[in-house]
Amino acid sequence: MLVFVIRRLLQSALVLLAVSLVVFAGIYAIGNPVDILLPDDANETERQAAIRALGLDRPLLVQYGIFLLKAVQGDLGTSFVYNIPSIELIFSRLPATLELAMCALFISIAVGIPLGLWAGLRPGTKTDEAIVTGSILGFSLPSFWQGLMLIMIFSVTLGWLPSNGRGATGTLFGIETSFATWDGFTHLLLPAINLSLFKLALMIRLTRAGVRETMPLDFIKFARAKGVSETRIVLAHVLKYILVPIITVIGMELGAVIAFATVTETIFAWPGMGKLIIDSINKLDRPVIVAYLMVVTLMFIVINLVVDILYALLDPRVRIKGQTE
Amino acid sequence: MPDEALLTVRDLRTHFETRQGVVKAVDGVSLDVRRGEILGLVGESGSGKSITGFSILGLLDAPGRIVGGSIRFKGEELVGASPERMRALRGREIAMVFQDPMMTLNPVLRIDTQIIEAIQVHERISTRAARARASAALQRVGIPSPDERLQAYPHQFSGGMRQRVAIAIALLHRPALVIADEPTTALDVTIQAQIIFEMQKLCAESGTALIWITHDLAVIDGMGDRVCVMYAGRIVESGAVRDVISSPAHPYARGLIDSIPSRNERGKRLSQIPGAPPTPFSLPQGCPFRPRCGRADAACLEVPQETTLRGERRVRCFHPLEESV
Amino acid sequence: MNSEISPTAPAASSSTVDESRLRMLWREYAERRGAVVALIVCVVLLAAAILAPIIAPQNPYDLSVIDIFDSRLPPGSVNPAGFTYWLGTDGQGRDMLSAMIYGLRLSLFVGVLSGLLAISAGVTVGLIAAYAGGAVDALLMRVVDFMLGFPAILVALILLAVLGQGVDKVIFALVMVQWAYFARAVRGTAMIERNKEYVEAAISLGLSRPRIVFGHILPNCMPPIIVIGTMQIAHAISTEATLSFLGLGLPITEPSLGLLIANGFSFLLSGLYWISVFPGLLLLVTIFSINIVGDRLRDVLNPRLQK
Repeated sequence: MLVFVIRRLLQSALVLLAVSLVVFAGIYAIGNPVDILLPDDANETERQAAIRALGLDRPLLVQYGIFLLKAVQGDLGTSFVYNIPSIELIFSRLPATLELAMCALFISIAVGIPLGLWAGLRPGTKTDEAIVTGSILGFSLPSFWQGLMLIMIFSVTLGWLPSNGRGATGTLFGIETSFATWDGFTHLLLPAINLSLFKLALMIRLTRAGVRETMPLDFIKFARAKGVSETRIVLAHVLKYILVPIITVIGMELGAVIAFATVTETIFAWPGMGKLIIDSINKLDRPVIVAYLMVVTLMFIVINLVVDILYALLDPRVRIKGQTE
Repeated sequence: MPDEALLTVRDLRTHFETRQGVVKAVDGVSLDVRRGEILGLVGESGSGKSITGFSILGLLDAPGRIVGGSIRFKGEELVGASPERMRALRGREIAMVFQDPMMTLNPVLRIDTQIIEAIQVHERISTRAARARASAALQRVGIPSPDERLQAYPHQFSGGMRQRVAIAIALLHRPALVIADEPTTALDVTIQAQIIFEMQKLCAESGTALIWITHDLAVIDGMGDRVCVMYAGRIVESGAVRDVISSPAHPYARGLIDSIPSRNERGKRLSQIPGAPPTPFSLPQGCPFRPRCGRADAACLEVPQETTLRGERRVRCFHPLEESV
Repeated sequence: MNSEISPTAPAASSSTVDESRLRMLWREYAERRGAVVALIVCVVLLAAAILAPIIAPQNPYDLSVIDIFDSRLPPGSVNPAGFTYWLGTDGQGRDMLSAMIYGLRLSLFVGVLSGLLAISAGVTVGLIAAYAGGAVDALLMRVVDFMLGFPAILVALILLAVLGQGVDKVIFALVMVQWAYFARAVRGTAMIERNKEYVEAAISLGLSRPRIVFGHILPNCMPPIIVIGTMQIAHAISTEATLSFLGLGLPITEPSLGLLIANGFSFLLSGLYWISVFPGLLLLVTIFSINIVGDRLRDVLNPRLQK
């Protein structure tokens, strides 16, 4: 197990290195970094100072080394717009995004898995067909338009829920969260639903496919031959069996949800890092873009690592293989 | 009949309605099983022998369905019995052992979970007591240090060991009947012999009757009391194992026996049955064996009925082989 | 004596075999009525997009026919010249219906073209990986894994942030986020096919490598390419709309459906629903029908994939 983790960590470091190279190439090598890193109104003296300060007169490889060295120390530049270190800016927005992403993921799991089970156990019926068609619809709804429709229906027409911003937050179990206040909760609801629908469709399809693949297997028939009830077969045998791939996908999708949050956050004016990146792109606040990319990559890597370890813990077959290796 | 019949199957018809047409997998099967006896059910793959077994247990997968006939177990009609009643019988009165031991145990559940659930589904008994029973059951089928092995997952067992676990589960409640669907086909030859020996012994100990489904007449030769030979969904010949093997009456049974290697003389070419089994969608008119039969004539364009030769010998042929009549 | 089980009719010529296979596929496809409807919708939308200059009531790019005084009219309004705006007008006084048909034209163009380019790129990489094997294969698949590890929308967003706006840049970004799916699928299928007997037979017959790859292996990779391709085109259309909505995709001078929706966003809160809702519905219907077709294709083609 330890060997497995160490090997995965090494792989992760390699990926991070690759991303840093791509980001470096994208932001620093293409176009003039001075133009990118300095505000437009900088004068010639400032430009020359910047070139020296950034070491742009040195070889490219050395420059990359300096970039890496600074990055390792957590220095990814300073935001032009906010004039604070970009990494700090990202981290200040991170909790709001994580809260939104977690909430959306929870909705998609809590609704998607039961619906997927329901459909998968009744293949070919009207219910099954309706759930499957619904899931395709969920895939097809463009997230931004669906958000607009949610706002139009629930905020403008019905006036039930607020349409933008994060509400008041409070402290719950030592974490600052929207769940602590009613205002925060109502603000969270629409964006979370909006963000969850796509993943909900995915959960339905995944669960349904898993159930349909599992039901004809011999061990299900053997459990029936033992006299085990259908309820227990579904809950103990099928669910446990399909949980492994589902957990894997959930883990990987957490990253995708965070990425997709950019769209939802923009529409609902949710003050997370997704909205920050769109604002930064529009204002050409490149240090923030660089910091966002590195932070998101790091998050992806951590998530993937956690998923792999969880996978090994859940699936006894993988666990044993890891031990013997 | 001196012994009371445990199971009486009469004119059983199990059909599969598929897109390509109706498959008459079992088409008028009648057989009897007495208490404690071993009945061999022999036939090529697709002859309907496994479907017969699943029909008795009420474990048919859609679109399979019993469309006619009767299955009486201890005097109780099982065709049309409620699912709850069937579930109460399964595992307690009628148990089953499957062909592929690699697939009969749920790979993500520990052995103890799978044995204990089989006990508790039929008996109100504490988990601790059930665990003790599970351990004893493993001991009985010859698994060393059973208490430790209970903690293991199926993939930590060899194929032969897994089949022993499956047998232990099948015999937990000392059922009156065990249906064994080619339980040794997937195993090594040496382990095959052990499993056959032990199953025979265990069934004799608990007075359990056994339906041994196989494509290999040689297996039945050593262990069975009586044998039924199936072809294209029907029983074509039945009787005491010794009689059928020494002097088969049906040309198909003759062909099967002649193709057993050990029964042929050294250096002599193995005889084989010409042609291939008919596809389930296009059964030939009349006797389904007619196209492959050397004795077929115009009479065989009608479906032959089962006739009694003498005693328990029954055959479904217009031209049974002379020597056995 | 055994006429019943004698081998079936003499081998039919390959064209009739293909024809009957296609007919069989179609019959299976048509078992779902909804899938047939979706296919018809796709064809109608494609025809509308191609024929946009002929069927659109107004040319939304022609400033001479657009009157700013007609802006924000509700659906069904008639202007003084007697022209009926069936779906209303947008903030600049453009006929919504016409703008939507042109928007659809642009969205489909971007989606289909990027899909086709991504297929070509992905198939090339996949085949090279499968055929070269070894280090080349390992390296290419690492790149593919890397690409697939990041959500498409994020990669496209960053690419466009660096590249700037424009149809060509959007198409480039969409190809970049899609090709890896095809590469992986094609490599997977090609690896399986490569080890089959008929390829060995073709090699022993002395056929050239390209001939084996394009004549034998590629045709067998077609089912997954078709299925993934359909889904990816829907995905590309959706992604393009999202990027344009965020102001990073197509320039304002070329309003795709996403941009039309974005334009209506500001009016939505004041109750002028039609500017956002109708283009959105059209976008949804487009993506939904393509996905239904793709889903059905997967069901129909899959059993053959496994054989």
